[in-house]
Amino acid sequence: MNQLIDFVIISIALFSIGIYGLVVKRNAIRMIFSIEIIANAANLNLVAFSRHVQNVEGQVFALFSIAIAAAEVAVALGIIIIAYRLYKQIDVHEFRSLKG
Amino acid sequence: MVDAYFVGVAVLTIGTSIVALESKELIYGAIALAISMLGIAGFFLLLDAQFVAMFQITVYVGAVAVLVIFTVMLVRTQDLFSAKDDKGRKVGGIILALVTMGGIGAIFLVSGISDPMFGNLESTPTDVKEIGKSMLTYYSPALIVLGFTLAGAVIGALALARREGLLKENESTN
Repeated sequence: MNQLIDFVIISIALFSIGIYGLVVKRNAIRMIFSIEIIANAANLNLVAFSRHVQNVEGQVFALFSIAIAAAEVAVALGIIIIAYRLYKQIDVHEFRSLKG
Repeated sequence: MVDAYFVGVAVLTIGTSIVALESKELIYGAIALAISMLGIAGFFLLLDAQFVAMFQITVYVGAVAVLVIFTVMLVRTQDLFSAKDDKGRKVGGIILALVTMGGIGAIFLVSGISDPMFGNLESTPTDVKEIGKSMLTYYSPALIVLGFTLAGAVIGALALARREGLLKENESTN
């Protein structure tokens, strides 16, 4: 039988992979991937603890979180497309218009 | 002790999420991300959360992955993939990831959550009915706000990606 700690360890591993991607990658789409991986790690944690305490709240929060993540991806990809049109690339180091 | 299904899903999820970040071609990364989301849905099934697993497959594998793949195809250029990561930055990132993993992992391991008496999941799972009930009673304002947020995000994304404004701007600069 699986223990609660197993799911938490998987969640921590996914979170660390996401942090690595956010720090290292310069490609805007890869940064979106990292954010998605981190959000999924958080959802897994929510559902695992919800199962442990036999409470439905964690699952409801996970559902809300998934829906918000979908909205966030739609807006982020719109921003990436418009940035690509302006700069002809998606390297975040080249997006310098907001730099003072 | 974990069972074989758990180990398989864990290897699939973590392996594909690494591939999503490290693959040479961005499109393979997008597909690997979709498989990783599918693995998370498998974990939800292991945790007796069938409704959340179904929602995860519908939203992430069905909508987000397709959206990402279309964006990757739209922004595809030759020099996009040749951009190499900084070597020192990569080492720093790996060290930061390991420190994060070790730090949070150590906190959880000493917190007593790993005690088999505390952390077992053998109790009866909650019913799907309970999710619907709490969503339509206590969380109904949140559900309505969520609907407005989704509508606003979709309209905002459409307004952002519209071509018309850009064409006008080009004309005025010319």
